[in-house]
Amino acid sequence: MSDLGRVVVLAGGLSHEREVSLRSGRQVADALRAVGVDVDLMDADAALVPSLVAEGPGIVFPTLHGATGEDGAIRQVLELLGVAYVGARPAACRIAFDKPCAKAAVAEVGIPTPPSVSLPHTTFRDLGAGQVLDAIVGRLRLPLFVKPARGGSALGASIIHNASELPEAMVACYAYGDTALIEQYIDGVEIAVSVVDTGAGPAALPVVEIVPDLGVYDYRARYSAGATVFHVPARIPPGPMGAATDIAIRAHQTLGLRDISRTDLIVDSAGIPWFLEVNVAPGMTETSLLPVAAAAAGMDLGILCRDLLQVAASRILG
Amino acid sequence: MATSEIRALFSVAARPEVVSLAGGMPHLAALPMDAVAEVVGELVRQDGMTALQYGSGQGHPALREQICEVMSLEGITAHADEVVVTVGSQQALDLVTRIFIDPGDVIIAEAPSYVGALGTFSAYQADVVQVPMDNNGLIPDRLRAAIESVRASGRTAKFLYTVPNFHNPAGVSLVEQRRDRILQICHEAGLLVLEDNPYGLLGFDADPVPALRSRDARNVVYLGSFSKTFAPGFRVGWALAPFDVREKLVLASEAAVLCPPSFSQLAVSRYLATQPWQQQIKVYRELYRERRDALLEALTEYMPTGTSWTTPAGGFYVWLTLPPGLDAKAMLPRAITARVAYVPGTAFYANGYGASCLRLSYCYPPPDQLREGVRRLAEVITAELELRRTFGAVAPTESEAGLGALPAPARAARIIGSGDSDE
Repeated sequence: MSDLGRVVVLAGGLSHEREVSLRSGRQVADALRAVGVDVDLMDADAALVPSLVAEGPGIVFPTLHGATGEDGAIRQVLELLGVAYVGARPAACRIAFDKPCAKAAVAEVGIPTPPSVSLPHTTFRDLGAGQVLDAIVGRLRLPLFVKPARGGSALGASIIHNASELPEAMVACYAYGDTALIEQYIDGVEIAVSVVDTGAGPAALPVVEIVPDLGVYDYRARYSAGATVFHVPARIPPGPMGAATDIAIRAHQTLGLRDISRTDLIVDSAGIPWFLEVNVAPGMTETSLLPVAAAAAGMDLGILCRDLLQVAASRILG
Repeated sequence: MATSEIRALFSVAARPEVVSLAGGMPHLAALPMDAVAEVVGELVRQDGMTALQYGSGQGHPALREQICEVMSLEGITAHADEVVVTVGSQQALDLVTRIFIDPGDVIIAEAPSYVGALGTFSAYQADVVQVPMDNNGLIPDRLRAAIESVRASGRTAKFLYTVPNFHNPAGVSLVEQRRDRILQICHEAGLLVLEDNPYGLLGFDADPVPALRSRDARNVVYLGSFSKTFAPGFRVGWALAPFDVREKLVLASEAAVLCPPSFSQLAVSRYLATQPWQQQIKVYRELYRERRDALLEALTEYMPTGTSWTTPAGGFYVWLTLPPGLDAKAMLPRAITARVAYVPGTAFYANGYGASCLRLSYCYPPPDQLREGVRRLAEVITAELELRRTFGAVAPTESEAGLGALPAPARAARIIGSGDSDE
């Protein structure tokens, strides 16, 4: 057994991504147990705080996706309880999880991100949806990508090639949250760059290229075995590869992230990588991108997670 | 099987904060657990050598006798030799489909239909043709038309799959006046009837309706279950089939599972022999009636104009039709956020219909939770209506969706989306 003391892998929660989170949590817990770490797998429910209080602080590895897991709320509670945890602090999570805020922050430091607008549904209701949508199409031009401003796993996301598809896409998007991000759609190679920091500063894992079987990296393609082919390293020239890696590390630093993150990008036909979003609790399922990248780098997932726990533990000890 | 967003959302529905009107779990808290424990304990002590041993592929003989007694409550006269015990009636459904269906064969079913049956039919690559219902159940003339239409396409339907009592998901029952007509139509067409009747003894208002099988022993394969009248954890169901079908069922079952679990069979058998099981069914009936009433009252109180639903006289389910333009599947994430869950209507159609409908279960949550769940759902529907109005995004109207829904209670029968019925 390791000397990390009590380790809690936190998974589940009440977000729309609960199922994904449970799978991430199981994968992380299994990987840690395989390298000798004693792990409790717990849900984020009413039993959590009493358990953390009763059994001592320990260290938490959050694998909660979606709201409360990635918006900093749970981490705020962990800090209140004096519990060490892997990953970014609450304030950084709040910005990173909010895609429009994250895009604005990285754009400030010169990272390219597709032009976009983000609006609550009440704006459309109050001003008239048709006119606002016309203005959006007029400014951003088709095709567009619509997704909830907060949330992941492509839930509520749509690619829009025709303006007539927008109303239905907006309704689908608002089913998952109150604010929609409407972004210029960049056609290109979809890639993801995971960043980990096990004590020597943030380092990028190999770039993963995503090729969904049906062309769209939607929920089904993300979590059905065999539905997506990954190419590691991505089949892109060295220039864009280096630029993408640089963007992922800069985004990690600019947003004040810690320990672990994953940046999703698209490389257009000119070889420019565009920042789409960053994840503070990247998916860790059998079909997720970070584990794929770690494996390609020859890293054992359990050892990586254990190293991240040790970094978290050292913060408390320090 | 591909991972779906909808399936994933049900993971949230399992949390206690969510009022789940989605699942169909019987309310087992109504079972006298001490008595069940005694039954199981005695079984091991007194008959463990049999209960823990392999058994007959057809099922334990004494239990098959008792199953015939249970079926007699629905007017069925049968011999234990005609009964095949299965791992829940779901396995019986699987075996019947395996025996009769080759890829591309046609099965006729109600619209909407039990999702577990559609899953089985899909697994055997059957082509399911769904026939409209109204609030009197399957519509005979529509059934006849469907059979003819299949025949005109150069194919022959292999069987009619029907849940005539307290339908899952529609909550309606096939009225007495239509039962003989349905059987006659099937007989004339040479179409076997697969009668799935898990809820038949859970009627709220009257004695059990005689089963279709009680009227036609030659052309009906009857599926029964102890899952709703006792407990689903035992996984004991059965098929009652004509001799030639029964033989094939036994062989197929032996190939699949060797024999149904002896332990479960003998536990159910001992329960039936030593406990007041008919009284227990009355307890269940009263409990579900109270919950049905709570759900219906809450629907009447909270649902926005334009919403309609069925009024079940038994069973577990209410079928709700949303105001025009709404899509139950698209609305589900919003409902999950509001901590209420349901099953979108599309789950009960093989052809993508049912978007305007959803199934509500009242079997598991207590009345106060049912009421709260409906209140939340009404808010979700109202918010979705506002959103659709804002964007002018109206889900397509369904033109031939079968029992898309029924009008609000106590109105004349109507097939939603396809005009008035023939009765």
